Amino acid sequence: MRMFPRCLSGLLCLCLLCGLPLAAQAQDDPGQALLDSLDTDSYADKGEAVETIIASGDARSRRWLEALLGGKLQRHKDTDRFVVVVENRGRHWPVVDALSFEDAGEVSRREMDRIGINNALRGQLQGALAVIDLHAEQVGERREAARALLGDVDASLAEPLGAVIGKEEDAEVRRLLEQALAIHRLEEGDAAAVDVLAGSLNSRVRSALNAASRSEDAELAATATSALADIEQKMMLNRGLETLYFGLSLGSVLVLAAIGLAITFGVMGVINMAHGELIMLGAYTTWAMQQLLPGQPGLALLLAIPAGFLVAALAGVAIERGVIQFLKGRPLETLLATFGVSLILQQLVRTVISPQNRTVVTPEWMSGSLMLNEGLSLTLNRLYVLGFALVVFAGLMLVMRRTRLGLEVRAVTQNRAMARAMGIRATRVDILTFALGSGVAGLAGVALSQLTNVGPNLGQNYIIDSFMVVVFGGVGNLWGTLVAGLSLGVINQVLEPWAGAVLAKIVVLVFIILFIQKRPRGLFPQKGRAAEG
Amino acid sequence: MWLTRPFSEHSTRRFLGILLAALGLVTLLNLAVPAGHPLHVSTYTVTLLGKYLSYALLAVAVDLVWGYLGILSLGHGAFFALGGYAMGMYLMRQIGDRGTYGDPILPDFMVFLNWESLPWYWLGFDTPWFAFLMVLLAPGLLALVFGFLAFRSRVTGVYLSIITQAMTFALMLAFFRNEMGFGGNNGLTDFRELLGVDLRNDGTRLGLFLATGIALALGYVLCRAIVASKLGRVSVACRDAEARTRFLGYRVERFQLFVFVVSAMLAGLAGALYVPQVGIINPSEFSPIFSIEVVLWVALGGRATLYGAVIGALLVNYAKTVFTGVMPDAWLFALGGMFVLVTVFLPRGIAGLLSLRPWRRAGHAATTQPTTGESTA
Repeated sequence: MRMFPRCLSGLLCLCLLCGLPLAAQAQDDPGQALLDSLDTDSYADKGEAVETIIASGDARSRRWLEALLGGKLQRHKDTDRFVVVVENRGRHWPVVDALSFEDAGEVSRREMDRIGINNALRGQLQGALAVIDLHAEQVGERREAARALLGDVDASLAEPLGAVIGKEEDAEVRRLLEQALAIHRLEEGDAAAVDVLAGSLNSRVRSALNAASRSEDAELAATATSALADIEQKMMLNRGLETLYFGLSLGSVLVLAAIGLAITFGVMGVINMAHGELIMLGAYTTWAMQQLLPGQPGLALLLAIPAGFLVAALAGVAIERGVIQFLKGRPLETLLATFGVSLILQQLVRTVISPQNRTVVTPEWMSGSLMLNEGLSLTLNRLYVLGFALVVFAGLMLVMRRTRLGLEVRAVTQNRAMARAMGIRATRVDILTFALGSGVAGLAGVALSQLTNVGPNLGQNYIIDSFMVVVFGGVGNLWGTLVAGLSLGVINQVLEPWAGAVLAKIVVLVFIILFIQKRPRGLFPQKGRAAEG
Repeated sequence: MWLTRPFSEHSTRRFLGILLAALGLVTLLNLAVPAGHPLHVSTYTVTLLGKYLSYALLAVAVDLVWGYLGILSLGHGAFFALGGYAMGMYLMRQIGDRGTYGDPILPDFMVFLNWESLPWYWLGFDTPWFAFLMVLLAPGLLALVFGFLAFRSRVTGVYLSIITQAMTFALMLAFFRNEMGFGGNNGLTDFRELLGVDLRNDGTRLGLFLATGIALALGYVLCRAIVASKLGRVSVACRDAEARTRFLGYRVERFQLFVFVVSAMLAGLAGALYVPQVGIINPSEFSPIFSIEVVLWVALGGRATLYGAVIGALLVNYAKTVFTGVMPDAWLFALGGMFVLVTVFLPRGIAGLLSLRPWRRAGHAATTQPTTGESTA
């Protein structure tokens, strides 16, 4: 009799732990009744029970039906409670309570009864699950569900969908559902359905129309074909816009990389071959900021904007004071010396940090894309960089046109001796201008860190392009740099589909080389005094 | 005669004397001294020296346009590589059916790419005279077209430097493409024989070294002859005051074009001698950094002296061999530092140091040195 107290206490514990709350819940919970109705031998009754569950609007109905579809909704033989199997592997399966979805330990599979389904029920469940998502709280989820239904509607779904459309408030969801229904009608040979589908860019819609255009019904085939032609036209437009967007995005990168050079080379006339490495420093500053502020990539990126500017500007001042000031009026020697500096900076990064690429995290608000319509979505990071490039350009224009510094820079570049005679400290202007141009290179680096790999060779990849942009646009002309950068980006993207990326780049380079022969002073040559230098 | 004029110059005689003596000495030490002896020059070293000499010829070509014409070409590596590719194509065809795939006509990489037949531009490269002609013609033609366009529209100074750099960059991208038919990334390699002799023979290697040395000597004399001629004096005038020369009635662009094309051909010849010694030619020779490195050799040695270019090429490349062997990380620091120090503190290079000797007349050196002011402003 020594066994008895242990058995008793065990039983007591079981009651306390799960039996009591279960009992209490089962009585209050309407879900218990819904699930009870599923546990019959008649598949017709089960079908009705499923309908009832859907109609109840219970938030858990989706999980129940999914479990039922997967054969994971089971009834415990001893306690009669419904459980959902988490993983049916081995002898003892971990389960959760079907009502509360709380962990209910492991149960031997022999102790459970599966709620079985047949093929008819399976089809009904699949349709029902699709419809359930249409009742989700979030508009976004409803749109996703509606989009997923395109092309998957059959006769059994047509009727419930009609009811859903009537109750739906969001116009986009309604439109998608109507299209889904129309595809179904089209498959059944209804020519009027084409009107609903016209103009949609969805691939499912297109394939449905494609199938219809080959149908034996001449009228249907004709309407479907003309609708397809419309869609094709729209797609062309979309592709054009997409190419334009990628072109502008590439162009904005070129502008960012070149705009600092437009200051140092274009305005000051200093060839700085280390410009690319200043861009690299900006990118590495972003990386360093993210290392300093782990877990906050967005904040680090924002802080990297001023930090990148400062780091690159200071490096620029060091280059100007250490090398360039000794080579005034000897541009070819300046080119060689600054090239040496660029080699040293590259190797410095390799030695101090690493020869491998570093990853810069893209903050959440910059990832993802902006969907304009079914066929056209703009990636957000490129959009931000495009905007950033324009802001930097506007800021630079403002500095050059509206500030004392800009005035002095223009004075010194036009006539150094005269400017000095008027009391402008030319050396100081040199330093500040070079710092400004270098700082902008740093900003370019911060932006580039979001688009490309951050590595020691980052700068090298951009230096030739940057010079091309400045020379193409016309030296000493910031607007020229903007126009040149954006148009070269677009040209490159337009050429890419039929020439391939590398060949497109070669074509652009050859084009610029030939262009410079024709117009040696670029797109927008400087006029007046400054042109004579 | 204009070709004999250089020999009356002191510096040419001395340069040729030193060069030929060095060639003879290396040959002697390689052949006559037994292998274990400390003075023995191994075949490996001979090939290395041959490589340096081909670089020196390239540097002389760059000095001709930069030192005496005022054109800073950052794309001479392209001419060098084109000459090298022409030679490489000949060597590829010489492999015949001894390649991995054993195709009697197609080089291995074409078989690998499933090409049916040779592209048209590979035709004729099995005959040596045609290939050797292309070594000079291919770079010469590119220089002719490029120079004609550039000089006609008076693109000079920094602009010209940048577009020459763009040219070599575009060519590098092009040669990296497999579809170009030049072996893509891997380039041309695995050569076996040249004019029927095995490339791996010690004798062949010594022969190539001597051939490179003699080519350098001839190239040097040719450049010296051009510089000493009336044409050379006009090109120096173009360098120092382009506008003034034009106003005097000279067609500046013709002089520039002629010198540029000759220089490109010399660079091509250097490339052709480089390839069989190194055993490979790939698109990295087109990379802008190589071309700009060549300019550094000239700047270090001293521009507008020709022998300075040779000194610079030999010194920098020897330093490169030593550095990359001992501490590879430091090489770019050293190279970058050289760029900065030479341009800032040593504008006339090592040759400038040599000519500082007190017993030389002070005015003499100045007349042959470029004035950097007007030509580039």
